[in-house]
Amino acid sequence: MTHHPESDGGPSDRAAPLPAAPLLELRGVSRRFPGVLALDKVDFQLRPGEVHVLFGENGAGKSTMISMIAGALRPSEGEFRFRGEPVELNSVHHARGLGISAVFQEFSLVPQMTVEENLFLGAESTRLGLLDRRALHDRADAILKRLGFPLRPRDRVLHLTRAEQQMVEIAKAFRSELSVLILDEPTASLTERETAQLFKLIEQVKAQGVGVIYITHRLSEIRRIGDRITVLRDGRYVATVDAQTTPEGELVRLMTGRVYDELFPKVRFKPGRELLSVERLTTASGSVVEASLSVCAGEIVGLAGLVGSGKSEVARACFGLEKIAEGHVRLKGEEVTGQGPKRMLKRGFFYVPPDRRDEGLMMMRPVRENVSLPSLTLAPFGNGALLDRRGETDRVRRLAEQLNLQPPRIERAVEAFSGGNQQKVLLAKSRTRPVQVFAFDEPTVGVDVGTRVAIYEFIRDLCEAGAGILLISSDLPEVLNLSNRAYVFYRGRVQAELAGDEITEEKVLSHFFERDAA
Amino acid sequence: MAMLEQPTPGAAAPSLWLKRLFVRLGVLPFLLIVAVIVFTLMSDNFLTGRNLANVARQSVYLTIVSLGQMFALLTGGFDLSVGTILALTSVVGALAMAAAFGAMPDAPGLAIAIGCLAGILAGTAIGLFNGVGVAIFNVSPFIMTLGMASIGFGIALFLTGGVPVYGMPQEFGDVFGFGAWFGIDVPVYVAALLIVVVYLLVNWTPLGRYFYAVGGNIKAARLSGIGTRTVLFATYVICALLTALGGMLLTARLDTGEANIGASMPLESIAACVIAGVSLRGGVGRVENVVLGALFINLVQNGMNLARIESYLQTVVLGVLLILAVVADQLRLRYIADLKD
Repeated sequence: MTHHPESDGGPSDRAAPLPAAPLLELRGVSRRFPGVLALDKVDFQLRPGEVHVLFGENGAGKSTMISMIAGALRPSEGEFRFRGEPVELNSVHHARGLGISAVFQEFSLVPQMTVEENLFLGAESTRLGLLDRRALHDRADAILKRLGFPLRPRDRVLHLTRAEQQMVEIAKAFRSELSVLILDEPTASLTERETAQLFKLIEQVKAQGVGVIYITHRLSEIRRIGDRITVLRDGRYVATVDAQTTPEGELVRLMTGRVYDELFPKVRFKPGRELLSVERLTTASGSVVEASLSVCAGEIVGLAGLVGSGKSEVARACFGLEKIAEGHVRLKGEEVTGQGPKRMLKRGFFYVPPDRRDEGLMMMRPVRENVSLPSLTLAPFGNGALLDRRGETDRVRRLAEQLNLQPPRIERAVEAFSGGNQQKVLLAKSRTRPVQVFAFDEPTVGVDVGTRVAIYEFIRDLCEAGAGILLISSDLPEVLNLSNRAYVFYRGRVQAELAGDEITEEKVLSHFFERDAA
Repeated sequence: MAMLEQPTPGAAAPSLWLKRLFVRLGVLPFLLIVAVIVFTLMSDNFLTGRNLANVARQSVYLTIVSLGQMFALLTGGFDLSVGTILALTSVVGALAMAAAFGAMPDAPGLAIAIGCLAGILAGTAIGLFNGVGVAIFNVSPFIMTLGMASIGFGIALFLTGGVPVYGMPQEFGDVFGFGAWFGIDVPVYVAALLIVVVYLLVNWTPLGRYFYAVGGNIKAARLSGIGTRTVLFATYVICALLTALGGMLLTARLDTGEANIGASMPLESIAACVIAGVSLRGGVGRVENVVLGALFINLVQNGMNLARIESYLQTVVLGVLLILAVVADQLRLRYIADLKD
C-alpha cells in the first residue's frame, strides 16, 4: 500500500515528543496453525509514547499478533526487536519481565480470590517465605488509587461486575514496570465514565514513554486516543495510517476491501408469508431491549452487530434459551413466547448455535448419532418407541453426501474431523426434521473458504425451497451478500432495518459502531 | 506421527498396531487375558467349567448393579448410593416378606410378591430422591448420592437395629437364591434378562440415546430438543431400580435381610464400568463391555480366592485395578489424539 510505517510522521501536536527509535518492532512475522496461516509476514512498529491501534475484521490476525507480542504464542517465522535488540519471547512471564503486559478480552482471574490476591497472583510479596499480606494490600491499594478504580482490594472477584473485573485485569498490567501495554477491546464492558478514566490513564502512561497497542472496533475511540492505525486483513499487513486524519471510509475500505463475488452464491428471494415475528422483545438479562423483527418464507434476514450487541441473544430468546422479560414471539401466527427448544423444534424452528464444541456437538460420539439426535422419535430415525438404525444410517449417509462430508465416514467420532467438517455435521442436524424457520448463528465461524461456499449454498438452497432464514453473523460481508433484509443491533436494540439495495457496508457500519461517545 | 517413526519402520509397526487395538477395545481385553493366564498358572482349579459357572453365578449381583451404575456414568455422573439401595431393598423386602408370611403362612407366593414389591419400591425411592436432587436442584451427583447413601443406610440400620432379618418363606431362597433350570441358576436367568432389556433400552430406543447425549454434551442435547432434566431423573431411577432388583436376588441368596450387604458395591460397580471403558466424563460406554467388566472383577476375586490370597489384600488389588483402568483411559485419549489422521 501507499502508506508505510516510516513515511508518515504522525501528527506533530500529539505524537511522542521525539520520533524515537521504535520500542518494539516486528519484521516479517508469520504464524501458522494447522491448516491456517493466521499471520503472514506482518511488519509492525511501536514507538514509545504512542497509541497504536490495530484495526481489522474478526479473524484478520489481530489476536494472533498481540498473543505473540505478549509472549503467549511463538511466531513461526520472522523477527522481533525490543528496544532495537532482537529477542525471542518464550513465555508470558518473559514478556512481563521486559515490561510487556497484555489485557485480553478473556479474563485470567481466579473468581474465588480477592482483588488484591488476583493482582499479585504469581508475584506475591513475601517475608521470610510467608505471604506478606499487609504489603500485598498496600501495593494493591496504591495501584487502584493511582488508576482511580473504585475497587476494594479485599472484595472477591466473583462478586464483581464484568466492568469491575475488567478493571482488575487492567490493574494487573500495572503491577510492575511497564514498557508496552496491550489492550484488547478494553472498553467493551466499561461505562462512559470508566472509559474516560481509562483514557486518562492511557494519556498518563503515554507521557511516561509507554507504547500502547490498542484493539478496538469503535471508530470514535480511534479518534479520541489513537496516534497511528495498522490495518490487518486476512492475516496480512495492509497499511499503517494516521489515526487523526484518515477518513472513516478509507479505514473501512482498507479493512474489508476484498472480492466476494465468487464466494457468495446468488440467492433468488421469493418473500412469502410471515413465519417468525418478534415484537418488542426484552430479555430478563437485558441483552436484548425492545427488539422487533420478522422473517418471511423464502428470504434470508441478516442480523449484524458487534459481539454482545443482542443479535445472537434475540434468536436464542426465541428458541427458549434466554429468559424473556417482555414482548412476544410468534411462529406462523401462533404465540410461542418463552417455549423451550423441544417445543420450538416441534413447531418448525431450528436454531444452529455458534460454538459447535460448546453447544452443538457431542465430540466423542459418531457423526451418525450427532446428526440424528434432534429427530430420534421421527421417521426415518424411529417410530416414536424404537429406533430404526437402518433408516438412521441411510438418512445420515445421504445428508453427509449432500454436504460433502470429508471423509464420508459417519461412524467416526466428530472429534476426528476438521473444523469445517464438524460444522457440516452441525448443519446436517437441522435437516433431519421438517423446519420452516432456521436461525444460523455464526454458521461459518472458524471455517475455511471451501466449506464456506458449501455452507452458503446450503443456506441458499433452504431459502429457495421456501424456508425463512435468520442469518446471524459477525462477518459483515456474509450479511451484506446473502440477506435480502437486515437488522443492525447495537447494545441490545435494533438500530436499523435495511432492505435490498440499502444493505451496504457503509449503511450497516454506520449503525455498527458507537459514533460519538457523547 | 508417521514422520517420527520413519527411522525404524519395522519396530514401529507392531506397536502402532497394538496402539490401534488398545484404542479400539480399551484396556479390558488385555486385563482379561493377563488375569486368565496368571490365575491358571496359580491354581489348577481355576480354568474348569465348574469354577467358571461359579464365577458366572457370583457375578450376577455385581453385573446388575454395574448396569445401573453405567446409566449414571453415561450421563456424566455416578451413583455412590448403590450400596445403600442394595441394603435398604434387602431390609425392607425381608421385613415385608416376613410380616406377610407371618400373617398368611399358607400363601408363600403372595408373601414373596409383596416382599419383593416393597423392597424394590424402597430401593427405587432412593433413586427417586437422587433424581430429583440432581435433575431439579442441580446438586452434584457426588453429594446427592453420597448424602442419600448415608440416609438410606441409617434407615436400614434403624429398621433392623443392625440385626439380620429372618422369617422369609423357604421358597424364596429355594427359587431365587439357589434354584436352577436345566443346570443354570435362576439368578443367572434374571441377570441375562436384565442385560437384554438394558441392551435394548440403550441401543434401540430414543431414551437410550439421550443418556449418551446428556453425558456427551448436555447443552447440545438441550438444543436438540431433549428434556435433559427428565433424562437425568430417569438415569437415577433406572440405576436404583436395577440395583434394587439385584438387592432382592442377593437377599434370596443370603436368606436374610441385611443392612450391611452393599458396602463394597459403589467401588466395585464403578470399577467394573470404568475397566469396561465407560468414560467418567460421560457419553461413552457399552452394555456388553460393562457385563464383561463385572465378570472380570468377579473372576479376579475368584482367582485370588483359589490362589489363597488374603481377602484384605484383595481389596488392595481392586483399588489398584480401578486406578489402572483410569490411567489406561487417559492414555487411550492421548493415543486417540495421536492416531488422528
